Amino acid sequence: MQNSSIFKRLDWISILIYLLLVLIGWVNIYSAVYEESHSSIIDLSQKYGKQLIWIGAALLLALVILIIDSKFYTSFAYVLYAVGILLLFAVLIFGIEINASKSWFQFGTFRMQPVEFTKITVCLALAQTMSSRFFSFNEIKSIIKIGIILFLPILLIFIQNDTGSALVFFAFIFVLYREGMSKELFFTGFVLIVLFLLAMLTNLEILLLVVLIASVVIYIISNTRTLQARIMLYLFLLYSSLSLIFYFYSDIFTEKLLLLIIINITINLLTMLILYFTSRKKIILLYFLILLGVSAFVLSADYIFNNILQPHQQNRITEFLGITDDPLGIGYNVNQSKIAIGSGGLTGKGFLQGTQTKYNFVPEQSTDFIFCTIGEEWGLIGSLTVITLYTFLILRIIFRSEKQRTSFSRIYGYGVASILFFHVAVNIGMTVGLTPVVGIPLPFLSYGGSSLWAFTILLFIFIKLDSDRTENLR
Amino acid sequence: MKKYDNRKYYISAIILFFIFVIVFKLINLQIFDESLKISAENNSQRRITEYPARGLIYDRYGNLLVYNEAAYDLMLIPRKMKEFDTLSLCRDLNIDISDFYARLEKCISFSSFRPSVFYKQITAQQYSTLQEHLFKYPGFFVQNRTLRKYTSSLGAHILGDIGEIDKETLEKNPYYTGGDYIGKSGVEKYYETVLRGKKGVKIFLVDVHNNIQGSYMNGKYDTLAIPGKDLYLTIDSALQAYGERLMKNKVGSIVAIDPNNGEILALVSSPTYDPQLLVGRNRGKNYDSLLNAKSKPLINRAISSTYPPGSIFKIAQALVGLQEGVLKPNTFYPCDVSLVGCHGHPPAQGVARAIQYSCNPYFYMVFRSLVQRKIEKSIFKDSRIGLQLWKEKITGLGFDKAFDIGLPGVNKGQIPGPDYYDRKYGKYRWAFSTIYSLGIGQGEVLVSPLQMANFCAIIANKGYYYNPHIVKQIGTDSVDRKNYMKIFTPFDKKHFDVIIEGMEYAVNEDYGTGRNAIISGMRVCGKTGTVQNPHGKDHSVFIAFAPKDEPKIAIAVYVENAGFGGVWAAPIARLMMEKYLLDSIIDPDIEKIIFETKIDAEQ
Repeated sequence: MQNSSIFKRLDWISILIYLLLVLIGWVNIYSAVYEESHSSIIDLSQKYGKQLIWIGAALLLALVILIIDSKFYTSFAYVLYAVGILLLFAVLIFGIEINASKSWFQFGTFRMQPVEFTKITVCLALAQTMSSRFFSFNEIKSIIKIGIILFLPILLIFIQNDTGSALVFFAFIFVLYREGMSKELFFTGFVLIVLFLLAMLTNLEILLLVVLIASVVIYIISNTRTLQARIMLYLFLLYSSLSLIFYFYSDIFTEKLLLLIIINITINLLTMLILYFTSRKKIILLYFLILLGVSAFVLSADYIFNNILQPHQQNRITEFLGITDDPLGIGYNVNQSKIAIGSGGLTGKGFLQGTQTKYNFVPEQSTDFIFCTIGEEWGLIGSLTVITLYTFLILRIIFRSEKQRTSFSRIYGYGVASILFFHVAVNIGMTVGLTPVVGIPLPFLSYGGSSLWAFTILLFIFIKLDSDRTENLR
Repeated sequence: MKKYDNRKYYISAIILFFIFVIVFKLINLQIFDESLKISAENNSQRRITEYPARGLIYDRYGNLLVYNEAAYDLMLIPRKMKEFDTLSLCRDLNIDISDFYARLEKCISFSSFRPSVFYKQITAQQYSTLQEHLFKYPGFFVQNRTLRKYTSSLGAHILGDIGEIDKETLEKNPYYTGGDYIGKSGVEKYYETVLRGKKGVKIFLVDVHNNIQGSYMNGKYDTLAIPGKDLYLTIDSALQAYGERLMKNKVGSIVAIDPNNGEILALVSSPTYDPQLLVGRNRGKNYDSLLNAKSKPLINRAISSTYPPGSIFKIAQALVGLQEGVLKPNTFYPCDVSLVGCHGHPPAQGVARAIQYSCNPYFYMVFRSLVQRKIEKSIFKDSRIGLQLWKEKITGLGFDKAFDIGLPGVNKGQIPGPDYYDRKYGKYRWAFSTIYSLGIGQGEVLVSPLQMANFCAIIANKGYYYNPHIVKQIGTDSVDRKNYMKIFTPFDKKHFDVIIEGMEYAVNEDYGTGRNAIISGMRVCGKTGTVQNPHGKDHSVFIAFAPKDEPKIAIAVYVENAGFGGVWAAPIARLMMEKYLLDSIIDPDIEKIIFETKIDAEQ
């Protein structure tokens, strides 16, 4: 085994899926920007021409990563993390603003978004910390450590006004869960993330209903004895008090909202009474606190929407909800995207035959909305093929991670799977109208050098670690 | 970690659950949702963009300045074009066949997929015949647009113009499509996103003959156009019109600001033009002739041109001197014409009199004491430090700063500092004697008329100003909060009293240089300037504010090649102030002389 060439030990199936996705991406970028007047495939003034260069460079990068010794990633995990954070700082100072987020470096005509690369370095640092033998979810020190690793980049990216990319980091909750985070904390966190996304989408009535159900679920699975459950409690308390302060000092207070809150609290109080008479007195206090926390969360979602999100982000969201000033207004972008995908039918209109995406009805068709072109021109068959490829790749990464002998490789693998999953689910979800329009690319498919390179590096580091799993016994 | 092994199943299950939700939605969209189907010929649906009415523009009192008029463009999507009777179309449009091919070529070169304008602004009569035949011309459709109309010819530079979007802007901004109109200059450009509103889309079902069969899905996917918001300018249109009349046949600008809130009451740039020239089918031709005219009427001189300020800069020098402590209100310098030339006047006893007589040697000495601080032994090092300190202070008066007034093209001017002269002469290769002309507002210092007026407002307010701005209200919203905040300059209030005293003398007392701005029954404070012009006759400058107590207007007048500041700029300022404060003209003879005088630019 030890002597066999690295190329024999590589996971060729993953690599094949990767190549297929990149190829599908290029074909659809070509189609999305195609005009009859364009002469050659290798026209460097066009996006598909440039993408060819990015792809070539990405393959070279992949090769370099396979050549680098895998110990490099464990030894330099923190150094790379520091570099990633520095880049995020630097972009705040030297970066340029595109679509209201200051998250791009510009060198001549070439632009780069450092956040794409930070995903990799955070993933490595997380794997390094959590694979330490001193790491435990029952140690406050360990929890603080991963808290810093995760929230430092999130904070910086929020400051850059790039909400979509910041949300990606919340996907690491899968990694934490896999490595032993209590199921209570995981479900609480997971519910909060889903709620936050829903709060950006849905109106308050539906949301309060969801909160009601969620608070009951959290109550049922809560366990006060563990350290993590206590941390959860403290977080709720902190969060609820902060949210209440925000709430009373902002001017979003309306009678309708007040009525809804009263209804919500009444229902919850009734539930508490029932619980009291079924003699589970001890946890009523806990339940009450959770209720307070979750209610406050909803209010703060509203506050964040009104006061923290920028007008263009608000517009995207209100567009999605159809709650813009005009009563008939339904999200234009998402609608166009849905029409494009829907018009594809079972088999699609065929290569270069898409009309919805061609006539510029769909915005950002080669980047964030590339899935529209696939849906329109290749139909359900095409879109399911792409989704199947992604699902297969993500699940394969998870199951190969489980086969790793070092926890570093396993944790890193889970990190890769989580990031890919979040990107795929939110990006495709947004084109079909399930998730808010947050502007994150579809891995390997979307036009753009930095995103393609970053995902390539992310994946190939895992493929490299995986190929060495028999050696790296430590 | 073995005990968590089964968690991979939970995680996989969660992931698969979300994937299935998406797949379910996709199957629904692509197979079952009939509403999203579009036939293979792709001509069963037609989108008509609904253009919102562009916001109107009013003056400060709600007098309408700009409104809209409907127009129709014939648009073409080349790829949707099929064989058709070209001669019939030519007849409808009254063009010949070679013109037709030229236009077609232009559309195709723009894009074969995207709509572009085939024929601009067809007449109502052409439109009615065309409407009947339109079904015969696949790929063509009519887009209604709004053109701008003006209630008068005033304020062309402020209002600006709208025109067809250029390809470069189009590629950067996905909101627009080919042929859209976009603000090109003035508030039309600066407030484009406010004025334009938001386009809506109506989707219609059409048959194979391109006839509309009805609304698609009962308008479920239509979006309504949101009309643009109206703009209320801070401009007093009567004052603006009067200013433009006074400046007729002269080159230069007038800027009048209300010092109590930074609202720009008049912003005259001469020569000006009738904004109506840049509307309609002759726009291109008219634009070219305006662009190439020798007098450059398209330039907004009030904000984009910068000049040496001349003697009005002496006030700024005095303020810096007082604040830095190198000058006292009663400091005396003799009028030593061996330093720099002057005109005959009594000895200047103190700062106020020096301002009144506009004594050149006095301010030469003030500037020298500011630059030569005697901090370093070397005269070169010393001047460098002194000039840096001077620059830090003088820029506090709004010089070397591009105000965000609500118009594009604001020029920040120039206050040269040590770096500037290092580049020009080399480090430690220059000293006070090299740069002394800055002291009297000549040389490398460049100031825009807007900055002069704002500087005057600072003096009127004794040390602070409001960001000068041109828009009072947007729709029913008030404007940017920054326009309501007092901005303090780094000068103590007490230093302004002696300055104002000097400006009052300059207008109201014997030997004052600004006697032509005197208004009986009112205390006007002003300062003249005559800017040496190496290219021709000197420029005439005057800044003033009135009344002395509770000032209501601060004004700057700059007339190119008009000679002494007191002779031309001062009476123009006087007439403007009378018009605004008294709403009547005391001495119609002066008005008549100004109206009738023609001063040619000599550059």
